[in-house]
Amino acid sequence: MPPPLEAADNPEQLERIVIEPLTRVEGHGKVTLLQDENLNIKQARLHIAEFRGFEKFIQGRPYWELPVLVQRLCGICPVSHHLAAAKATDMIVGATELTTTAEKIRRLMHYGQTLQSHALHFFHLCSPDLLFGFDDEVRHRNIVGVIEDSPEIAKQGVMLRKYGQEIIRITSGKRIHGTGAIPGGINKSLSRDEISYLKTDSDQVIDWAQQAVSLVKRIFFEHYDYHMAFASIDSSMMSMVGKDGAFEIYHGGLRANDKQGENIFDHVNYRDYGDYIKEGVKNWSYMKFPFISSIGQADGWYRVGPLARVNNCDFFTTALAEEQRQEFIRNGDGRPVQSTLAYHWARLIELLHCAEAIGELLNDGDLCGNDLLNRGTLQSSGTGVIEAPRGTLFHHYEINDDGLVEKASLIVSTTNNNQAMNESIRKVAGQYLDGNRLTEALLNQVEVAIRAYDPCLSCATHAMGKMPLQINLVNANNELQDRLEKRISGEIRRTL
Amino acid sequence: MAPQTEQSPILVFSYGNPSRGDDALGPALNALLEKNQQATNSPDRVELLTDYQLQIEHAIDLEQRECVVFIDASVCCTPPYEFQLLQAQRDSSYTSHAMSPAAVLAVYRQINQSPPPPCYLLTIRGYEFDLGRDISEQAAGNLQQAFAFITKLLAGDTKHWPAIPAVSNS
Repeated sequence: MPPPLEAADNPEQLERIVIEPLTRVEGHGKVTLLQDENLNIKQARLHIAEFRGFEKFIQGRPYWELPVLVQRLCGICPVSHHLAAAKATDMIVGATELTTTAEKIRRLMHYGQTLQSHALHFFHLCSPDLLFGFDDEVRHRNIVGVIEDSPEIAKQGVMLRKYGQEIIRITSGKRIHGTGAIPGGINKSLSRDEISYLKTDSDQVIDWAQQAVSLVKRIFFEHYDYHMAFASIDSSMMSMVGKDGAFEIYHGGLRANDKQGENIFDHVNYRDYGDYIKEGVKNWSYMKFPFISSIGQADGWYRVGPLARVNNCDFFTTALAEEQRQEFIRNGDGRPVQSTLAYHWARLIELLHCAEAIGELLNDGDLCGNDLLNRGTLQSSGTGVIEAPRGTLFHHYEINDDGLVEKASLIVSTTNNNQAMNESIRKVAGQYLDGNRLTEALLNQVEVAIRAYDPCLSCATHAMGKMPLQINLVNANNELQDRLEKRISGEIRRTL
Repeated sequence: MAPQTEQSPILVFSYGNPSRGDDALGPALNALLEKNQQATNSPDRVELLTDYQLQIEHAIDLEQRECVVFIDASVCCTPPYEFQLLQAQRDSSYTSHAMSPAAVLAVYRQINQSPPPPCYLLTIRGYEFDLGRDISEQAAGNLQQAFAFITKLLAGDTKHWPAIPAVSNS
């Protein structure tokens, strides 16, 4: 039995409204809403043409190239793929543990990546929605709009992003296509000068991160009931945690809690993830639908990412983030916080934690160590899992006797959130679009729900001119009735 | 963050994914320029940067420049390439993680409260953008013509560069 609004009884008799964003980094996704003659929403689906070509792209390549090669899968989170592949190849080369220096430098790189990704998402993509409201005119809903009204906030967003990028550059050796993590460890440690350079701004970054958390809370509480209810769905949540239950994004066990917060599994060795997570398929979507196998496909879907991580962990190891987590959790009244827009709040608590953790690591002498590599007996397969900014990321490889990849399996964060994004859209569609003609403001409500998850597809092409937002209106006979195109300039044109 | 070193007066910023067919045109031109940098100009005069895509922090890379050239692949420019002066312009790509070069200029203007340096966009026509593909034969020809154009341009005085937002296509 599909969830409400996933499948209409007589879809051929309904009018089809298609929201089709064509962007170069988020891949090709569209939302279809089917209305009946009375304008009631009868079906709502998020279609994402997940790009599967990367597994073929990887096959036949030597395993030692993987940490560098996979960065080309995605222009948004190359470091996440870099580290997940490095962890998988650690296993292949038999490095059961990393040296202290190697692990700390990889962690520093990952904190830098998460910091810059979260800063970009909040300040560039989402704060405009929250700062100015969903119905605000389009010109405000980008960072330039933020800058015009709050220039200091926008500048902080740019500088936080820049700081994270500098950490990546220094820890990975290059601004892009870094080679820092290699099978079994890292290829360079940090110099005293590099650490001094990064420490120059680390206190300022923590201060900015604190201000960002204060800002998102102020926004959230100004319209508390609305933010708690918008696109809110009850779901299970999965994330990585440390051995002691601490918040963890680099290395730990998998924990899943149900919508009431009751534990489903805990401290699962991620190398065994296939025993706990299965991938379902639906005939209307190219993207798979992962689910917790013990619950089954119908109810076993879950959410990943900041909301899941902050809900699932027992504590943060840094003081400021832990203080914020405790306040956050109180809003669940004993259950996990299920508000979809609370992703933004949780994301900034993570940003604060990353800023604090970076500050701590920069005072750790192990970053300058010389013991960089561990090796053991070569294995025929390897699995690497990390918490990417958007959620849990799985890499699994099998190699042949020549060290060439024979099989590659990846589950990216956005795929883990596939069903949850669909559920949130159904909530919004049922709540805000039912009985109404489509307007730009209402369309934006759907986009706001999707954007909360910070979806990202492995599709980093950049050709200029490929970024219109296209909206098609199709009748019950599948005839195109109307088409709107939103150009990069914000201009909306009727092109039929 | 404060820059680690003094900025070169000219920045050439290429972007694109090297593993996605003709999307690699920007990075490929960057590689050609790196090899040829001694012949085109003093390395201190021109800084070459490359990235997957443009983002908000790239506004900071424009600071203290005499002028900037962005280089990207294009699916719609007139082949073999187009060259134009950019105007700062807000874009509406808020659902995307990538920005247009004009939007980066707009971010610069707002966070610095001053106009950006003269910035140009060199777009090279591409045709195939699938993962794992090499640059197509047709795009490779366009790349060579664009390389010849930018090499000559960088060797000259920036005062002689086009001063109006017009398309130049050799």
